[in-house]
Amino acid sequence: MALADQIAGGGARPGLMAPDGWLAALARRSEAVAVPLAALIAGLAVFGLFLASQGKSPAEFYALVYKAGFGTSFSWQNTLARAAPLLLAALCVALPARLGLVVIGGEGAIVLGGVACGALAGALSDLSGALAIPLMAAAGALAGALWIGAVGALRHYRGVNETIASLLMAYIAIALMNHLVEGPMRDPASLNKPSTAPLAEQLRIGNIPGWDVHWGLVIGILGCVLAWVLIERTTWGFAARVAGGNVRAAQVQGLPVGRLIVGFTALGGAFAGLAGVFEVAAVHGAANASLATGYGYTGILVAFLARHNPLAIIPVAILLAGFEASSGLVQRRMDLPDATVLVLQGFVFVAILVSEALYGRLRIFAPERWGNGK
Amino acid sequence: MTSTPLSRRGFLRGSAALAGAGALSTLAQPGFAAGENLTVGFIYVGPKDDFGYNQAHAEGAAAVKAIEGVTVVEEENVAETIDVQKSMESMINFDGATLLFPTSFGYFDPHILAIAPKYPELRFQHCGGLWQEGVHPENVGSYFGYIGMGQYLNGITAGHATKTKKIGFVAAKPIPQVLLNINSYLLGARSVDPTITCQVIFTGEWSLAVKEAEATNALADAGCDVVTCHVDGPKVVMETGAARGMYLNGYHADQSSLAPEMYLTGAEWNWASVYEDMVRTTMAGGTIDNFVRGGLAENFIKMSPLGPAVSDAARNQFEATAAAIRKGGFAAIAGPLKDNRGNVIATEGQAFEESDVALESMDYLVEGVVGSTS
Repeated sequence: MALADQIAGGGARPGLMAPDGWLAALARRSEAVAVPLAALIAGLAVFGLFLASQGKSPAEFYALVYKAGFGTSFSWQNTLARAAPLLLAALCVALPARLGLVVIGGEGAIVLGGVACGALAGALSDLSGALAIPLMAAAGALAGALWIGAVGALRHYRGVNETIASLLMAYIAIALMNHLVEGPMRDPASLNKPSTAPLAEQLRIGNIPGWDVHWGLVIGILGCVLAWVLIERTTWGFAARVAGGNVRAAQVQGLPVGRLIVGFTALGGAFAGLAGVFEVAAVHGAANASLATGYGYTGILVAFLARHNPLAIIPVAILLAGFEASSGLVQRRMDLPDATVLVLQGFVFVAILVSEALYGRLRIFAPERWGNGK
Repeated sequence: MTSTPLSRRGFLRGSAALAGAGALSTLAQPGFAAGENLTVGFIYVGPKDDFGYNQAHAEGAAAVKAIEGVTVVEEENVAETIDVQKSMESMINFDGATLLFPTSFGYFDPHILAIAPKYPELRFQHCGGLWQEGVHPENVGSYFGYIGMGQYLNGITAGHATKTKKIGFVAAKPIPQVLLNINSYLLGARSVDPTITCQVIFTGEWSLAVKEAEATNALADAGCDVVTCHVDGPKVVMETGAARGMYLNGYHADQSSLAPEMYLTGAEWNWASVYEDMVRTTMAGGTIDNFVRGGLAENFIKMSPLGPAVSDAARNQFEATAAAIRKGGFAAIAGPLKDNRGNVIATEGQAFEESDVALESMDYLVEGVVGSTS
């Protein structure tokens, strides 16, 4: 996989390992940052032209996006609160992607993670939060891991396309949630909005002290860092990248490709399941149909924009969350439809995909060009 | 009673069980002083031109917009997640909104309940009628309308129009509000001809156009020649029904423009009247009651103008019944009445008027409804 190679190359320490000196190393490393950044700016610029063609001021639009997404302390808290589930949802795409798998059904793992958390919460209502919350988190992660791990297993052992399987299984997961929440697990008191019984007070996950953002943000960032370490700094991650590049070669080398596929998909599912746990324990206080609101699908966008690099997921998730946080103000001030921000995301997405073709073609990033700087 | 305009209009108050009879809010509102300009925020769960639930609220917002000294800010397609919490705060922080109408049922718990205590000087008005004294914040109010009566009136026009003696109902979820509408619709039709049956199909989602079309087609195939619905946007049901030659009873808003020849009448919300009163009360320095309900008499609901397909006999019965409902004391759910499994719902002489709290936990379909709640 070309992406993996470039990221791996970027990890080489300049000066020590790069024979051509620091300038060449800098050129090689900056390609991975400069290309997506340029693509982002190009996407924003083209969208600005689109807005102008509709008679709306791009300057006003971007000023509002900045103000509502990043301009005030409320804006930052708004953005970060929205970023929390996206971090975890994106990992469900990025981890399997290192094995060359395109998993787009993280929504199913989020929903089932939330349902598992809601189901277990009833039984744990007498325990202290310190004991019960890790158990609920484990249950949610396990549910997500089983769901997406099954996608990996179907892929490896039965040859079922993981993209289609994960997408269709997300619909099954949502149907299962609706059945459970409206049937066996329904709190009889939840009359007009069927839900599980509300979580006991001590089982709720609160906010980061001093902020109006729940702990899911911290766990999401930790998850991204851990995933990066796993991929870039462990033999498991190395094996996964090899298998992602060429399955046949990995098998010839004796790598356990089946276990890698199931393991990485399950781990991705576990992160998405955790996102569901935070939705239930930190936001909704019960499992209900509000679990299926599309975080799993936005996570796909985040992971692709981050080029499946777990560390890059963090800024990308925050950027997209900032766009979404500004959607309301843009609607209210410029009288634009709510889909505006989706269109903007689409422009940026296409720009980043197009930019993939630029890697290795721009002379300015070629190490040879800077080799004399030694 | 208080001396606010709302009370003077004789709004029916909440029951003792739900809100505490006579519970009056005496909370001062430092967030708004009489004579100032007022910024009012409206939040919708779907598009505000959906020919349904959200459009009905947006029509109310449009009426408020026409009041001098009022600025209206609106946001559509806001999910029942952290999104709505942040949308409310964004309207407060960036637009200076002091009176908010987050209109979707699912916005109440936990979202409004999480935000309202942080802004005790502002007012949050929620549609759905869940506020309980002593349990919920004093700066939260809830309101709802007895729209089941509108479905009863719909049923009268359907009862006269049907030739097959089978009418159809496309429903979202088997929750009390929906069940009351289905039962009222059939009972209205049965007041014309007691042999009429009503087939119901639940789609499982509030907004799922494909299933709504399939359900409408299935009802037409089963021989139903009049159809109504309780989903967020009735447009698909109305257009599909008209294409299949079915007469139509609207819901939420006026859908007559979609198929003027086939449209009999519709049960509509009259939020323009309700919101105007609430905003004028606030501007006059008064306080809106925390728990208000109303029906046809209080201008909380209204009926679409009768269409060309309504016969004179139907018109006479419709108008006589509407007058009886306005007068008060009329009950659609009245004994002797059984559910469609044979259980007794009401004995001879027993009646549940529109304001009866027993109706709010309805879990049955009456005799003559073909369908099941689970």
